[in-house]
Amino acid sequence: MAIWQGKRSLQVVTLALQGELFALEAGRVHEILDRVPVTEVPGGPVFVSGLINVRGKVVPLADLRMKFGMECTAATIDTRIVVIDVTLGGEIVSVGLLADKVYEVTELQAEVLEDTPRIGMRWRPDLIRCVGKRGRDFIAVLDIDKLFDEGDREAVAGNASAAPAQDAA
Amino acid sequence: MSGVDPTETFRQEAQELLEQLEQTLLDLAKAPEDLALVDSTFRALHTIKGSGSMFGFDAVAGFTHHVESAFDMVRKGQVKLTPALADVALAAKDYIRALIERPDTTAAEDGAAILERLEAAVGSTGAGGTAAAAPKAAMAAGRAKWQVKFWLPPNALATGTNPLLLLDELRGLGEATVTPLLDRVPALEDLNPADIHIGWDVSLITDKPKSAIEDVFLFVLDDMEIAIDLVETLDAPAAAPKTEAAPQPAVAKPAAAKPEAAAPKGGSGSIRVPAERLDNLMDRVGELVIAQSRLKQVAAASRDAEFKSISEEIERLALELRDTTMGVRMVPIAQLFGRFRRLVHDLAHELGKDIALVTVGEDTELDKTVIEQLNDPLVHLIRNSIDHGLESPEQRLAAGKPAQGQIRLAAQHTGDKVLISITDDGKGLDRARIQARAEEHGLIQPGAKLSDSELFQLIFQPGFSTAQQVTNLSGRGVGMDVVKRTLDSLRGSIDIASNPGTGTEITLRLPLTLAIIDGLLVRVGQGRYVIPLSAVEECVELPAEEAGRANGCSFLNIRDELVPFLRLREMFKTTGEPDRYQKVVVVSSNDSRVGLVVDQVIGDHQTVIKSLSKLHAGIGTFSGATILGDGTVALILEIANLVAKGQVREPLKLAS
Repeated sequence: MAIWQGKRSLQVVTLALQGELFALEAGRVHEILDRVPVTEVPGGPVFVSGLINVRGKVVPLADLRMKFGMECTAATIDTRIVVIDVTLGGEIVSVGLLADKVYEVTELQAEVLEDTPRIGMRWRPDLIRCVGKRGRDFIAVLDIDKLFDEGDREAVAGNASAAPAQDAA
Repeated sequence: MSGVDPTETFRQEAQELLEQLEQTLLDLAKAPEDLALVDSTFRALHTIKGSGSMFGFDAVAGFTHHVESAFDMVRKGQVKLTPALADVALAAKDYIRALIERPDTTAAEDGAAILERLEAAVGSTGAGGTAAAAPKAAMAAGRAKWQVKFWLPPNALATGTNPLLLLDELRGLGEATVTPLLDRVPALEDLNPADIHIGWDVSLITDKPKSAIEDVFLFVLDDMEIAIDLVETLDAPAAAPKTEAAPQPAVAKPAAAKPEAAAPKGGSGSIRVPAERLDNLMDRVGELVIAQSRLKQVAAASRDAEFKSISEEIERLALELRDTTMGVRMVPIAQLFGRFRRLVHDLAHELGKDIALVTVGEDTELDKTVIEQLNDPLVHLIRNSIDHGLESPEQRLAAGKPAQGQIRLAAQHTGDKVLISITDDGKGLDRARIQARAEEHGLIQPGAKLSDSELFQLIFQPGFSTAQQVTNLSGRGVGMDVVKRTLDSLRGSIDIASNPGTGTEITLRLPLTLAIIDGLLVRVGQGRYVIPLSAVEECVELPAEEAGRANGCSFLNIRDELVPFLRLREMFKTTGEPDRYQKVVVVSSNDSRVGLVVDQVIGDHQTVIKSLSKLHAGIGTFSGATILGDGTVALILEIANLVAKGQVREPLKLAS
């Protein structure tokens, strides 16, 4: 289960969402983009509400802040899009993730990585792969596949419930 | 596997050749006299043999050699092409394919059995005319002792010739004694170890004609030194010399055969490319076009005439490049239809039915991926038509129809769809039985009245089969639902029309997914959308009185015709102020006209369809996305789905 097993360290990209530090496995990150124009998808899932053009490819753009129930603030000069590979129903799909700020690529040593504690987390533990310690900070490494696996199901459910709600209004 | 693996290259090349071979053989079965076809069969076999041995597929080369010899005799007029021979050749082709694809699990006995049949087929016709008699004698009785002396060109190893294989092949012809000739080996300081300096002297006792010996060297014959001399004839003194004399006029000289054999390589003019690379190319071209349109904007603002002319040049090149690249993915459907000739041929045999396959519109182009996915559904449909649709010759004659049944495969473009129809002139679908079966399965209420098309759609339900007997081919109720599912995944649809006694027509409607469509670019709020131009009938302005009424009755009067309309702003929950003068794009959907209200009609747009990821595919309102000139993404509207959603919403709104 533990992803760092057999390895001495885990290479991650660290980023900030509403001031909280998160990490993504660096091996799955394709590139980091400045903000680009986003096309809204009417009726799409809230969590993945837009599409962007990543060098000729149409890539869904996800906002993790929605997933974690964070406040959605406007883009700043630091806003970046992290393009990452996600396994969706057996297929590998490139997805863009909005980040308020991207810090660096760094190594988390094996000894500072721990399984996700069940209690004491602000975030739903099943979306976090493990927690690492860097200096005095704790960094949650996100379980990307899990995040989108749910996003997929919500997308369908969200659509079904959105339409009648609109009609009733 | 990387593209440089020579074995893989051979497999792909052989695959192509085998497909071509199958087509020619099927043609030959109909026109046995056509020498061009015989020639092309021979060439295909010959190339398979040659490259087979070059890449170490010795079993393939060995086996193909025999088939090739048989066709060589046909080519020389020594043996007549009979249906039996064509059939064996087809079986042999399958065996060759098996040898190439699964060399380890393919049983050699099967090959031996095919060769036996081949010999029988060749032998039975050879006994016919007098002209054919002599070669046959040569085949069977002309045992002779030959002396073969040869020196390969010094660079033969570098060009891939393996002398050991040549010697093995000679040994395969009969009893051979091989002596190396070492007299040309140079002194050590002059010796280039990569060259061949050894010649061979083979004394061979065989019942094969001289041409068989020459065939062994066919690929190197031009550059080598060779002497084939008849030492003595052993037990058929007269036959051997005569053999050489008799077929001579018809024989193509070995030297002439070589360029011919090479012809298919250059002539077919196609390369196999992994589809992934085409996708990458398409993406790059997309980026190029976007970059080019930025350049165009800068050039428009500039006063430098030279800069402007370069920009125009690049625009032209970029657009041409885009069109060419898009064209690359499209392949004619002939490729797909061709595969079914064999299927029909085999099924006709198996079921004792006489069936003609007619194909129409083979040059209709479809995206390669779509074509590949269509194979299985079409196989199912054709099998069904042949097995259940077409009657036996006796039944047909009794019904006053010609004994030969017909399966017609047709393809055509209509608008942004491709229609593929499978028509048979059989007995048609049995309405009563389908109804009974559907009631039995609880799919419909007993006694329900359904229209033909509704009823026929039921046969696509899983597990539905009306066949009373389960045959080897169909009737197990799997298949039709697979057909439906595949079509759904391609966003296509199936229609069935059937008349009792006269036949059934199944029509597949497929969108040209992944292809280019002409689209109409419109703006709704801040978002831009593409409407497939083929669906657009006209654009009109939304009358001011309608624009004001946000929730009133949504009908337009266009030339005294009532056209309902949908406000896309509402459907997409667009925020912000609507434009003052709204436009209505009238589209046709399922035979009805519907207006779509937009803020602005921007213009036509050549659209490369990019499919949506699973995260968005479920929405249904959009069939895909595309990238606009300025690099932003625009969604492509799926008209039928959008209208259907609008229809659901409208009545609800009226009720509230």
